[in-house]
Amino acid sequence: MITLKVNGREVSVDADPATPLLYVLRDHLKLNGAKFGCGLGQCGACTVMLDSEAVFSCVVPVSAVGKRAVKTVEGLGTPENPGPLQQAFIEEQAAQCGYCIAGMIMRAQALLERSPSPTEDDIRAALAPNLCRCGTHMRILRAVKRASDKGSA
Amino acid sequence: MIARESRRRFLRETGALVAFFSLPCPRAQSQGASKALPGSLKGSPYLDAWIRIDREGKVTLFTGKAELGQGIKTALLQLAAEELAVPLERIELVTADTALTPNEGYTSGSRSMQDSGTAIRHAAAQVRALLVAQAAQRLGVSAESLSVSMGSIHALDGRTLQYGELVAGQVLHVQAEERSAFVEPGKRVIAGKSLRRVDIPAKVAGGVAYVHDLRFPGMVHARIVRPPSASATLVALDASEVERMPTVLKVVRDGRFIGVIAEREYECIRAARSLAARAKWEESASLPPRAHLYDALLRLPAEDHVIAESAAASPAGGKQVRAEYRRPYQMHAAIGPSCAVAELKDGKYTVWTHSQGVYPLRDALAELLAVPKEAVRCIHAEGSGCYGHNGADDVAADAALLARSLPGRPVRVQWMREDEHAWEPFGAAMVSRANAVLDASGTVAQFEYEVWSNTHSTRPGKAGNLLAGLHVAKSFEPPAPRPIPQPEGGGDRNAIPLYAFPGVRVVHRFIPQMPLRVSALRGLGAYMNVFSLESFMDELTLAAGADPVEYRLRHLRDARGREVIRLAAEKFGWSTWQRRPRAGRGFAFARYKNLAGYLALAMEVEVGRDTGAVQISRVVAAADSGEIVNPDGLRNQIEGGIVQSASWTLSEEVAFDDTRITSRDWAAYPILRFPAVPRSIEVHLVDRPGQPFLGTGEVAQGPTAACIANALADATGMRVRELPFSPPRLRRLFAAG
Amino acid sequence: MPARALLAISFAALLWNCALPVSRNLEERQPPAKSAFDPALVRRGAELAAVGDCAGCHTRQGSAPFAGGVPLRTPFGTIYGTNITPEPETGLGRWTQADFDRAMREGLAPDGRHLYPAFPYPYFRHLTDEDLRALYAFVMTRDPVRSPPPRNDLAFPFNIRPLVAGWNQLYLGKDDVPRDAAKGTEWNRGAYLVHGLGHCGACHSPRTALGAEKRGEALSGGEAEDWYAPALNRASPSPLAWTKEDLVTYLRTGIAEHHAIAAGPMQTVIAQLSGASEADLAAIAGYIVSMMDGAGARPLGAMPEAPQDERTAMGRRIYEETCASCHDSGRTLSSGGALQLPLAVALHDPDPRSLIHLILEGVQPPPGEPGRSMPGYAGALTKEQVVALLAYLRTLAAEAPPWKDLDPAVERAGAGR
Ligand code: FES
Ligand code: FES
Repeated sequence: MITLKVNGREVSVDADPATPLLYVLRDHLKLNGAKFGCGLGQCGACTVMLDSEAVFSCVVPVSAVGKRAVKTVEGLGTPENPGPLQQAFIEEQAAQCGYCIAGMIMRAQALLERSPSPTEDDIRAALAPNLCRCGTHMRILRAVKRASDKGSA
Repeated sequence: MIARESRRRFLRETGALVAFFSLPCPRAQSQGASKALPGSLKGSPYLDAWIRIDREGKVTLFTGKAELGQGIKTALLQLAAEELAVPLERIELVTADTALTPNEGYTSGSRSMQDSGTAIRHAAAQVRALLVAQAAQRLGVSAESLSVSMGSIHALDGRTLQYGELVAGQVLHVQAEERSAFVEPGKRVIAGKSLRRVDIPAKVAGGVAYVHDLRFPGMVHARIVRPPSASATLVALDASEVERMPTVLKVVRDGRFIGVIAEREYECIRAARSLAARAKWEESASLPPRAHLYDALLRLPAEDHVIAESAAASPAGGKQVRAEYRRPYQMHAAIGPSCAVAELKDGKYTVWTHSQGVYPLRDALAELLAVPKEAVRCIHAEGSGCYGHNGADDVAADAALLARSLPGRPVRVQWMREDEHAWEPFGAAMVSRANAVLDASGTVAQFEYEVWSNTHSTRPGKAGNLLAGLHVAKSFEPPAPRPIPQPEGGGDRNAIPLYAFPGVRVVHRFIPQMPLRVSALRGLGAYMNVFSLESFMDELTLAAGADPVEYRLRHLRDARGREVIRLAAEKFGWSTWQRRPRAGRGFAFARYKNLAGYLALAMEVEVGRDTGAVQISRVVAAADSGEIVNPDGLRNQIEGGIVQSASWTLSEEVAFDDTRITSRDWAAYPILRFPAVPRSIEVHLVDRPGQPFLGTGEVAQGPTAACIANALADATGMRVRELPFSPPRLRRLFAAG
Repeated sequence: MPARALLAISFAALLWNCALPVSRNLEERQPPAKSAFDPALVRRGAELAAVGDCAGCHTRQGSAPFAGGVPLRTPFGTIYGTNITPEPETGLGRWTQADFDRAMREGLAPDGRHLYPAFPYPYFRHLTDEDLRALYAFVMTRDPVRSPPPRNDLAFPFNIRPLVAGWNQLYLGKDDVPRDAAKGTEWNRGAYLVHGLGHCGACHSPRTALGAEKRGEALSGGEAEDWYAPALNRASPSPLAWTKEDLVTYLRTGIAEHHAIAAGPMQTVIAQLSGASEADLAAIAGYIVSMMDGAGARPLGAMPEAPQDERTAMGRRIYEETCASCHDSGRTLSSGGALQLPLAVALHDPDPRSLIHLILEGVQPPPGEPGRSMPGYAGALTKEQVVALLAYLRTLAAEAPPWKDLDPAVERAGAGR
């Protein structure tokens, strides 16, 4: 049994220690936010936060998580009660298929937590590890900016 | 006035219809009624195939189209809500499901609004009219005196009837009429507005949104071990150790088709990896030489189809311009690898799939599994954006085959990244040649264009279209590839210029033989043909010493086309643009398929010759897609198309050696990342209320490529005719001068 | 602090010795026309600029090559690469060939200002007239970009430019390009490129406290932006001897299957080298391999099983669960095989900095170009875990003496992110 703190809740999972955190979140904890995209740390679809850092959950073995707090997009709000960054994505309609979006939000969340008023170049640089195939980039940038302006106002 | 008049007439007619309806057998009046019905009503003429209302007044809307991330759910709900006068939230939408919805073929070709949108709008308007007529009869007042809101019908005297009270019997099981009375444009409150998409909240907050998120009791996980290359044959496989690995339930082997099923996903992946390491394959060098790909393509036998020909006297001594353009194999490259869940229970298969065509997939699966069609139900569940025919159908076949070996357990198969990159059917490599003669004023007198291409659709319908169908021991023959006929076209989509050239000859040289497996990728041949034609227009402009915008307008008669060109030029500030070092501007225009949406683009780029880097600084688009249902949704589609096409154009190319596909991940097949996406994109829309929906999903692919090529040429004086304009290629070209 | 004070004093002491050169009025000169240059000379210049990695310091944004602005973090503060496009106001547009030669050889701008030796004129001064002509032709035919470079951010006293004159007196003046007629033209050309234009020593040689190359220790290992730059002579840390072919491939593609994948500062060098001529690359590789003189024929086993202590045991587990799925199975199906770690040069370096940076930052191909990738593990692994992994890789995988002070090294690298 491995004990984890996920979205503020203590959970115990029965998983092989080498299992990437992604599969534990999706399969054991039935969370949908983190997505499988490549399993290689190249696309960011699986991005979650470990303490204050955005990480690729597909390349972090669950055994390495330890006491660090795991946060997924579910930890920011619900479809009915979205958190501020999620709300900004809704307001900007920043999704097409949306498959990349949960990862984008988590990486942006980590950015805003360490730098509440990033410039557009900062946002572009911070989101560079995450891919979007639908070309929603312009809206994602606007959404993150919208959340940041609000947060710092 | 006219609208009101026709509305009255319509109500009189439908009133008659309702009376007619008390006949015991409603199907009796169905014969021969559906010939000229609008949109997909042609194939599914009954209103209750589209809209059902139960006694509680609950409205259910059915569409055979699928949500692919294009926002179709919201747009269709808007149309239905508007015409039914029911709040959008109260309508439940059922999308593509072979057990429930109309068969609308594929969700492709930017046709969803045209097909399903049109059908639903008519059906909704007619359902409302039927209910109003019913209410009029019931209340003993005239239909004209009734008003409709929030799913109920009100009389002047205050009496109200709910929709649910009016739907007794088979009242909606009636064939649609050719014409409907729609809510007048000025009175619309839902359609035509930028409503927020209904699917986005779940997508930003981790709701169940994708087939990948489906979890059924008893569900198991599976992975496929594909051959290392398309022609590889399996020599040996020792699965015994893998079968003993933790949580592994089964290794399934059928010819070259190998799958492993396990209780747990990660354990399944590990088992698949270890199985892959144990499989011995024999491979042969069967791929064309990548360095001479285009020569190899041109040498393959081709069927020639002359798709446009009009003779004109060639002006003596006119200037002649020729050019050849090339496009490599490119990928759909969905961010989420293809996924499906299948279950065999009581002799029936249920398959949850993100296929673009649940009905054709059902037919192919039935053939693959050797069961009757009725024994297979395909239900659409969203996937990651697909942009055409990717691995969605193939993975559904994988899941169905594995479910067959484990009845009673839902089997979830997701491809790994390398499966998707190596095995999805690519967008076809193509070559085109253009040749024009100008008259003394620089105007085009004679224009010739040839395009060489494989097919652009190997979509299912047959088991031989499924990867697993090719890999099982008793393999299925892939159906002979065929060109998609004009006016839509496949490899020749948009090959016929929309410009009014006096002499035109366009030949589609269709290559049946496929060195690499290919199928529909967003825009099909239009990406390449618009890239070629609109690059060529600029080459002609240069030869004529003209301005790109003026030159296009000079040759274009189509009024709506002219309008988007003018609009894009004006909003971009074409005539006042200031030249700066390293910067260039480009222009491009097309009407997708020559019959769908119009798009004109103006763009500015900055080019680093020494790095080969192209940064798009500004894009201004002007689009006309007919009547607009959701302006923001339309903009979202166009912005996305521009960014995606920019990615194809600036860096994408499938890599292979003589045996294998070698671009098997994002490092080997890079796509645009945030720092490189355009600095800004503006989309200006021309709304055409009352005009047919024209479809938008694919309008940007071709113009974007040409626009980049033209801006690049403007910035550097170098015309690049081979895609992609990747940094290494541009560096080489610039270094060679 | 005392060290810093000492430096200041020694710098000040040198000050009396420097004569301020006369400045020249540049105002009226117009940039020469592109057509004034022979295209063949320009092409040759491009190849040489690739060897010189001019872009490494002078190109920050791909769409504005050579416009400067690349921050170079040195122990003395941050210096920004200048705009070397032929733009008259902010670039080199008004420079003559003579101005160019003087800057390259003496580190003096046309107005007489001293350039900081972060600009490698201590190496470039060896360039032949012919190569300088080609480079000038190349530079003057670039697309002009109007872009003033950011102000340097140097600590006192390093922000006093005339002090550089003293530095020059101290450190310049010796001819350090080996010559040996007996070794043939290619070898001599290689020596000239390595010690001159290629300025390999700028990173791969140890430096004095004042940032000059240590005499007599050329190419015996140095540093760049907190990465260790391995020795390119007998002290080469590579466990396998490099062949000339390996090295040519590495310089051309950044990949040497049995040694390393270029990362960090070397990645930008390699990106440029793809534009170098075959002959120059072969000369460089041949010379360096001759300097290595067969170094690195160490026997190496597979990844060892038995960990010695708790920390290496933890490192072993992390390796198994995090790294092994690529590095053990040699994932040939994705972007290419991952290195077999016991062979990877970074494990054999005398200090752990490069390996730490590799683990934390990973490797990404240049934007829009195919290449190899490895994800960075900063944030994914804790400091403690990275330290354990390093300890395991070093002592067990590389079978080398343990690195000291891993904790502060990881801390420092992580903080610089
Ligand atoms: S799935 Fe983790 S980075 Fe792609
Ligand atoms: S919205 Fe589809 S991948 Fe980003």
